[in-house]
Amino acid sequence: MRLGELDASILKRQLRTEGISLQTGPFITQISTQAPDLIESLHTLYSDALICEYAEFSDFHISVDRPPGLRRWLQPQIDFYFDGTAPFNPFPAGQALPLFEWGLNWAISQHAHQYLIIHAAVIEKEGHAVIMPAPPGSGKSTLCAGLVHNGWRLLSDELTLLDLHNGQATPLARPVGLKNDSIEVIRRFAPQATLSPITVDTHKGAVALMKPPADSVEKSDQPAQPAWVIFPKYIAGAAATLTPHSKAKACIALGDNAFNYSIHGVNGFNLLTNMLDQCDCYDFSYSNLSDAVSIFSQLEPPA
Amino acid sequence: MSSPPPILLHALNHPENMLSLSLSSWDLLIRQARGAGLLTNLHDAIDRLGELNSIPERPRNHLESARTLTDKHQRDVHWEVKCILEALKALKQPITLLKGSAYLIADLPVAKGRLFSDIDILVPKEAIEEVEQTLRLKGWMLTTHDAYDQRYYRTWMHELPPLRHATRNTTLDVHHNILPETARLHPSPKKLLQAAISVNEDNSLYVLSPADMVLHSATHLFHDGELEHGLRDLVDLDGLLRHFGNQEAFWSELVERAKEMDLTRPLYYALRYSKKFLNTPIPEETIIASQAGSPPAFMPYWMDMLFLRALAPDHLSCRDWLSGTARLLLFIRAHFLRMPLHLLIPHLFHKAFISPRSNGAT
Repeated sequence: MRLGELDASILKRQLRTEGISLQTGPFITQISTQAPDLIESLHTLYSDALICEYAEFSDFHISVDRPPGLRRWLQPQIDFYFDGTAPFNPFPAGQALPLFEWGLNWAISQHAHQYLIIHAAVIEKEGHAVIMPAPPGSGKSTLCAGLVHNGWRLLSDELTLLDLHNGQATPLARPVGLKNDSIEVIRRFAPQATLSPITVDTHKGAVALMKPPADSVEKSDQPAQPAWVIFPKYIAGAAATLTPHSKAKACIALGDNAFNYSIHGVNGFNLLTNMLDQCDCYDFSYSNLSDAVSIFSQLEPPA
Repeated sequence: MSSPPPILLHALNHPENMLSLSLSSWDLLIRQARGAGLLTNLHDAIDRLGELNSIPERPRNHLESARTLTDKHQRDVHWEVKCILEALKALKQPITLLKGSAYLIADLPVAKGRLFSDIDILVPKEAIEEVEQTLRLKGWMLTTHDAYDQRYYRTWMHELPPLRHATRNTTLDVHHNILPETARLHPSPKKLLQAAISVNEDNSLYVLSPADMVLHSATHLFHDGELEHGLRDLVDLDGLLRHFGNQEAFWSELVERAKEMDLTRPLYYALRYSKKFLNTPIPEETIIASQAGSPPAFMPYWMDMLFLRALAPDHLSCRDWLSGTARLLLFIRAHFLRMPLHLLIPHLFHKAFISPRSNGAT
């Protein structure tokens, strides 16, 4: 059943006790939390995701809760627990949602070496995927959020999972992280989008999460073949322009942006080079989302 | 143990039973094995049965992922050892690898499933200064600049403060003995080096002899307080004993060498718990001979209470109300074994009250 079909009070009770098993892309995550703001956000953002009522096996066991001790009364904090251990320092109590998202990304990138995992957004149309690696601040998530409300399917905003056996991108349709000004940009550009409340003063500034489109979540079991690698860059006032990018440099950039490229050794190199043989590579500079959408709609997959 | 034996031990001892596990048992097994750092061992045990494809996909993904990570660690260790040899080439000072990297370079089966965190080498005490200077010229840096820590290591310990390579970020521990100068037991580093075995063509790289390798592993686990990977270290011991135990002469050499090296106590514990946890095949006469290292009356009972908890997989499903206390007591015991009280008390005082103030406690 979908998480949204669960009554809010039952969801709350389950999250506070034995937890729920949530399916996101190929992973089942057992989540429990006492944090009321996180419970509410999960209800909103993951309502289309499947929950496994009698999951016997979960890939990850996560809880997001207050650390024990007197501190909870003074300056409350919140901790991310991965199977009972806290790998990070606590966050301020109000940041449960960003902490959960960040922690789940961490859990995947540390443990799922059946994939080559690239820090990149990935979207798909008509069976062809675009991989968009980019450093923070380049407008990758904004572009991704805009495109998935205009004909493209969201596979992931943060983690591109490339299957080691066939090079296909595996969907992980989870919320899209929007930062600072881009929150308002998306509110105006895609009024139909559902956004979480804004968390201010995180280490990345103000953060809101956008619910993935229902259609993208429903198609979470359908991988896609990469056809383009596009390096987006937001430049104020720039016209939306694609310029060809060398495949050799794209290969190095993808390796640099991967969480586990060196772990895969020669298999990772072979995966990337084989994939790039089948892809067109571009730099993409833009300032206006509508122009970006129209340029992307004209992309022709490589022959 | 008050709780039932962890499913991980059952799986390590009877790999064939993993083929019929329910998914919820797999859930617990994967978690315990991850906490203990033994996922790859499970992978390899099933692989040896030729049955990887007959276990469910989800747990298999975790096992294969761990295998991939272990392969990476092993490539890195091979490369790092090459770099260390290259850096020390001009010194013409042979080095002896200890622990994990030694198992790997000597191509012992026990290295196959192992993850690595740092590299440990042993050099004669006379050479340690020159080795340190050379390494520091070639890119290795001190990890602590705290004057107290520096003095602590250099005066009392059996190793330099850990060195870290500036660009590769790898950690290197340079030892001149396998126990601190101040410890209760006094193995001779000269004898260790004399018996060491060359593992490369130009004789610049050595590993300890089989008996010494086992004794060091035992000493590290039962006399040095490093219990966070307790079960994994015990799996190492079990693997070494099984491998070397095939040669008949090994067992009597082991017992003799323990006496010669003042290490009968760690050997007693090693054989006792390796057999208890992992059913290591040990000849009866060796067990009897190792009793010479048994602690005085009643102590084995207490030590069982502590070690059976501390050596369980580090996972919440294996903890009971005494687990935390057991680990704490063993930590205190290890410190007590490392240093006499007149040194230990001022040291713990400094660590507790002074180091935290002078930024960057270690």
